[in-house]
Amino acid sequence: MRKHYSPAWRKELDYIMKLLTHIIKTEWKSLLRGKWVIGYTIIFILLTDSLLRFGGGGSEALLSLSNVMLLFIPLVGMIYGILYIYQSREFVELLLTQPIDRKVLYWGLFLGISTPLMAAFIIGSMLPLAWHGILAADSTSSLLVLGLGGMLTLIFVSLGFVFGLMFYDDRIKGFGFTIVVWLFLAILYDGLVLLIVFVFGDYPLEQFVIVVSTLNPIDLARILIMLEFDISALMGYTGAVFNRFFGQNTGIMTASGMLFLWLAIPTWMGLRIFRKKDF
Amino acid sequence: MIEIQNLKKSFGDLQVLKGLNVTIPKGQATGIVGPNGAGKTTLIKTILGLVKPDSGILEVNGTRLNGDWLYRRDIGYMPQVARYPENMRVYELLNFIKGLRDQDAVYEHELIEQFNLQSELEKPLRTLSGGNRQKVGAILAMMFNPDILFFDEPTAGLDPRSSHKFKLRVKKEKEAGKTIFITSHIMSELEQLVDHVIFILDGNIRYYGSMSQLLELSQEERLEAAIARLMDEPIERTGSVSKQSEMKSTPITLEIA
Amino acid sequence: MRKLIINTVLAAITYLATLPVLFAQVVVSPDGPVTTISEAVQIAAPGDTIEVHSGIYHENDLLIEKQVTLTGIGNPVIDGNGEGFILIIRADSVNVSGFTIQRTGRSYIRDYAAILIEGVSGFVIEDNRIDDVFFGIYLAETQGGIIRNNIVSAYDSREASSGNGIHLWNVKNPIIIGNNVTGMRDGIYLEFAENAVITDNISSNNNRYGLHYMFSDGGRYENNTFRKNGAGVAVMYSDNVDMSNNLFENNWGGSAYGLLLKDIRNSRIEYNRFYRNTVAIYSEGSTNVDIRRNHIELNGWAVNIKSNSSRNRFIENNFIENSFDVRTDSPRNNNLFDGNYWSGYEGYDLNRDGIGDVPYRPVSLFSMIIERQPESLILMRSMFVRLLDQAERIMPVLTPKTLFDENPKMQRIQ
Repeated sequence: MRKHYSPAWRKELDYIMKLLTHIIKTEWKSLLRGKWVIGYTIIFILLTDSLLRFGGGGSEALLSLSNVMLLFIPLVGMIYGILYIYQSREFVELLLTQPIDRKVLYWGLFLGISTPLMAAFIIGSMLPLAWHGILAADSTSSLLVLGLGGMLTLIFVSLGFVFGLMFYDDRIKGFGFTIVVWLFLAILYDGLVLLIVFVFGDYPLEQFVIVVSTLNPIDLARILIMLEFDISALMGYTGAVFNRFFGQNTGIMTASGMLFLWLAIPTWMGLRIFRKKDF
Repeated sequence: MIEIQNLKKSFGDLQVLKGLNVTIPKGQATGIVGPNGAGKTTLIKTILGLVKPDSGILEVNGTRLNGDWLYRRDIGYMPQVARYPENMRVYELLNFIKGLRDQDAVYEHELIEQFNLQSELEKPLRTLSGGNRQKVGAILAMMFNPDILFFDEPTAGLDPRSSHKFKLRVKKEKEAGKTIFITSHIMSELEQLVDHVIFILDGNIRYYGSMSQLLELSQEERLEAAIARLMDEPIERTGSVSKQSEMKSTPITLEIA
Repeated sequence: MRKLIINTVLAAITYLATLPVLFAQVVVSPDGPVTTISEAVQIAAPGDTIEVHSGIYHENDLLIEKQVTLTGIGNPVIDGNGEGFILIIRADSVNVSGFTIQRTGRSYIRDYAAILIEGVSGFVIEDNRIDDVFFGIYLAETQGGIIRNNIVSAYDSREASSGNGIHLWNVKNPIIIGNNVTGMRDGIYLEFAENAVITDNISSNNNRYGLHYMFSDGGRYENNTFRKNGAGVAVMYSDNVDMSNNLFENNWGGSAYGLLLKDIRNSRIEYNRFYRNTVAIYSEGSTNVDIRRNHIELNGWAVNIKSNSSRNRFIENNFIENSFDVRTDSPRNNNLFDGNYWSGYEGYDLNRDGIGDVPYRPVSLFSMIIERQPESLILMRSMFVRLLDQAERIMPVLTPKTLFDENPKMQRIQ
């Protein structure tokens, strides 16, 4: 009989995974018991259901849902992330005195609190879509909207984490910064882009606006929504760069790739700060 | 054993630890005292790994701290402010910490019984009284039977009966040869629990030595008065050296008392 | 003796009964005795049926000048070898059914077709599969006739070198029903076709138009599906056309339309569904057209109406989540929009009569912005743009002041 031999890194990995799932599970349990996440789920159930009930068909409801999602998930995600850091200060510090790696603790806490919020949005919106039959009829569009909402949740919770760790001792500053960042990314950014387009209207700007838009995660999600729902209008546009970007899969690939980058960078920054921070 | 050499830490422009040197042998019970902002908390947090020193050497049981975390297996910490996730139940919190530590919680049941927490185990932590939350913190610190224990203002929220039980427990741990650190504003409590004192002022150790010696030198009956004198006396007047027994300590400490 | 007479009479009756059948049927089969269709056509008498059994028959310019019925049994193939026409019908009441007809010639001068029907009436072309051809079924100067349940396809993706699937020129009262046309230049092409009836066809993936009306008055087309055609459907220079219950979908591109109207008068467009076209309805120089009860969803532009269009009425349509509702090139408006449902409407209905209390302005500021600065298209559906549009709707400055729907519905029109 062959002897099973597991190398050291394997044992180490198993140990880390065990710890991670332990932390994530505990966070899930504790959050699910809080009214917060449940309430958030119910809000999306009611919202989506009433959009479908009173608004008409699938595309209309999905687009209204995505409007709400693009505007509020970033705000809610960031506030939620930063609130967690502020409210669990003492507890996190207690955990930090336990014999575990800060890296593991960070991932455990981040995944443990961001995934319930993500699930709350996805499940809350998915249920009405399912019972109204939209999920089956417009499955691509539905899954896109749900997926993007989930992705935005993760991105903005991680940004909230980063701000919480950055402004660890100054809550007012932390919340203020969060609100400003939200206003900027959700509304002002596009206004600035429009302004630039008008000021420099005589120059070829297609490439520029594409690049600029990929620097804002909310715009990225919006562009992906647009590629799904407005592709017929986009195809009516004759600009060569736009046509290449939107027409083939380039747009989808680039936007999704950048969105993942937008998740990777804040989580990595959070991890860096968390590992080096004096609590 | 904990050995600290020339430990420095600044937060921005504020220098909090200005080059501490101290060696604490195994089995010693030490009270850490000093005014607010003197550096007590930073010193403890540094040993616990919450704060990373700017320079200096810190060794715990022979392990040089360098971003490593395994040494914390030997440490139990009872925080001053006991705030836990609101919806977590007491037993869940215990299980959570047990899951994080790959160690046997040998004293779990004993401590629960000792602190009369059996009836609270099923309750969410938010419904617990402050005192009971403190007790949970004490259990978390001691249940894995670590060599080194930190208690940060441990009896602040406890009623006299619990406080008494807690002290008995600490004494027992001391008898068992544990290295114990206690910070407290209640000097009488320290008198009961510790035999050595570290007095920190302005980022330096102003006194480190046995309690009896401190009382003797300051010609005071009580620790509180002794400390008060230490704080009042300007540095110039503390010329009359003394002792400094077998322990290493900073030059400043040598000047004192 | 009596028995003999009875027998004789019975034999005569039997003989007489079988006579028409025996004489009216020519069987063609690769095993003979008649092995080609042209031979069968030669020996057949008017009124005969030519039964063609499965096999491949090579025929070019096969002229049918007598009234016969060509019936394919077991899907026989008539192959034109890439040369000339295949069937040329110049007799009334010819029926052709059950064949696969493939590989006509290609030419820039002559419109080689799988089936050319010229100057006749009463024909039925049915259940044929016409494949890899230049033109499919070509009707010239015919009267009546039925083209039913045929499948026409070709594979040339260039507009210039492909022909039309079903081509009608100078005809009266044709009936085109249940056909499926793909990969041609125009799926169904009408020029000087009077009172054409075109129903239940599927015309998709054609290089130019799924259906193309030119100078064809008084017809109707219903229940057709026009999908993914290079430029959608075009109805031009025609009067009095009924267009209803059709589906126009996924016609994308810089100059793709669900329905393009040019110089159309006195026509009706009703109960159609426009889904995901670059422009659902484009109108240039149209007059007095009723556009009612259509469902217009997820198009780039629901309506693009040029200022030379007038007295057209858009009534009780559902405009659902089109990227832009209406586009026009003039600040003045000569058409009526009334009682439509607009998913972009954000007004209120205080008296609860199902009609919004403030008018809806379907020309958005943003649609005008992108006409000036096309790059700003990338900001579509952004919060900032929505705020801009909202502000403009409350206080119109740049958008046409007279183009609005006075009675926007609060609910979709069923």
